[in-house]
Amino acid sequence: MRYLCLVYAEEGKLAGFPDEECVAHDRALRDNGRCLASEALQPVATATTLRLRNGQLSVTDGPFAETKEQLAGFYMIEARDLNEAIQLASNIPPIRIGSVEVRPVRQLPGRQRAADAV
Amino acid sequence: MTHSGSDTAAAIAAIYRDESRRVLATLIRLLGDFELAEEALQEAFAAAMSQWPVDGLPDKPRAWLVSTGRFKAIDGIRRRARFDETLAQAAIELETSVDDLPDPDERDVEDDHLRLIFTCCHPALSPDACVALTLREVCGLTTEEIAHAFLTTPSTLAQRIVRAKNKIRDAGIPYEIPAAADLPERLDSVLRVIYLVFNEGYSPSSGAAVTRRDLSAEAIRLGRLLAGLLPDPEVVGLLALMLLHESRRAARTSVNGEPILLNDQDRSRWDHALIAEGSDLVTTALRSGRIGPYSLQAAISAVHAAASDAAGTDWAQIAGLYDVLLRIAPNPVVELNRAVAIAMRDGPAAGLALVDELLARGELADYHLAHAARADFCRRLQRFEDARAACERALELARTEPERRFLRQQIDALP
Repeated sequence: MRYLCLVYAEEGKLAGFPDEECVAHDRALRDNGRCLASEALQPVATATTLRLRNGQLSVTDGPFAETKEQLAGFYMIEARDLNEAIQLASNIPPIRIGSVEVRPVRQLPGRQRAADAV
Repeated sequence: MTHSGSDTAAAIAAIYRDESRRVLATLIRLLGDFELAEEALQEAFAAAMSQWPVDGLPDKPRAWLVSTGRFKAIDGIRRRARFDETLAQAAIELETSVDDLPDPDERDVEDDHLRLIFTCCHPALSPDACVALTLREVCGLTTEEIAHAFLTTPSTLAQRIVRAKNKIRDAGIPYEIPAAADLPERLDSVLRVIYLVFNEGYSPSSGAAVTRRDLSAEAIRLGRLLAGLLPDPEVVGLLALMLLHESRRAARTSVNGEPILLNDQDRSRWDHALIAEGSDLVTTALRSGRIGPYSLQAAISAVHAAASDAAGTDWAQIAGLYDVLLRIAPNPVVELNRAVAIAMRDGPAAGLALVDELLARGELADYHLAHAARADFCRRLQRFEDARAACERALELARTEPERRFLRQQIDALP
């Protein structure tokens, strides 16, 4: 089985939370062979939400998922910049009925990417 | 200071006014960072102030400012790099990337200017952030000036701009002119920002004054700049729309600041030079064959401008233009305006039926002008009690003091 673990926290509290502890935990989990992909995210202020309705793409600032919308999956993509990320994300099929939040990954100090470590 | 020294100072001031935003736009591309580019711009002008009075003006002041700003920035990074290793790498990368660059030619400069506009108006930034950032970076207004225009504090405004720049950096919003496939959608977002700035100057969303002229002038300047850089029909249409609205400014408020409705305005006070320019641009935009919402709104405005009074207005043409506008850009406010035009063409009963249908759908239930229009139709139909009730509802919903005064007068004038 594979599981996605989603981390929720108040950003104000996260700002003072030690990155080193997260990096150490991440490394231990990868050494166990249990971690497939993991990343920290930039704050929610960097989020961009995409929707496609009647073939028309709408791009808005912020995380604007409707309260009825639930997390249904995720893609970790590699893109040159936000414009390319928007272009790639706009092809994710459920964007036509729901929304896709695009949030940049935050590089933690002193941590390799999972793909590079394998 | 010698006579020629003060001449040089005046020349530098003129170059600052005319060129500083273009120099900034190029520096952002070369340095890859807004803050760094702004510091570099200030340092380049400081260097000009000390060197030009002695050495004379360079042949190409803009190129001089760009290369001076670029080297000042690299110097600054190198100085700071003594304390920070990652910066040392950044300085080396910057140096090698800009070392063999030719002086930017006119086309590069125009492209940089467009890059700056498209980045500041990126749809991934909130509309408020786009407006503040565009006025600061593209128009060169100070944060104090922008804060004053939007009735907020300089610190709130400065914070909004910092957040927007952080998002540009952290979310990876690129400094580029969108690819052809994305251009229409991205241009929409730029036009929306310019029109927001214009409207905040023309019909402020709140506050004591009916108009804040400086913002409208900035929006028109932006419209002219964009039309010069990218003569898309909708850019031309938006410029025409702004000029035609602006032409009525002197006639649309009374000496006491109350709004005067279009049909009641003294048309001799309209600015006929602006009307002529706006109407010519409408023709250009419509001739392109790609008709968008701004061009259509401008066309409607031009039909109003062509009439010597309300009775002589070609209401049938206006209603027809609203029909087309509704098809390409459905919007309840456009429906309301169409209802007003149809009331002029077919009589108030026809308009009332349309407004009542709109209000029943609920979309405009809290929009004071929908109730004000209903009041006007009822009054013309001699249904004075209904007119009074609608006017009172509009009064509850109106947000500016002159509009409230106007509505109170309407109520008092009812029999």
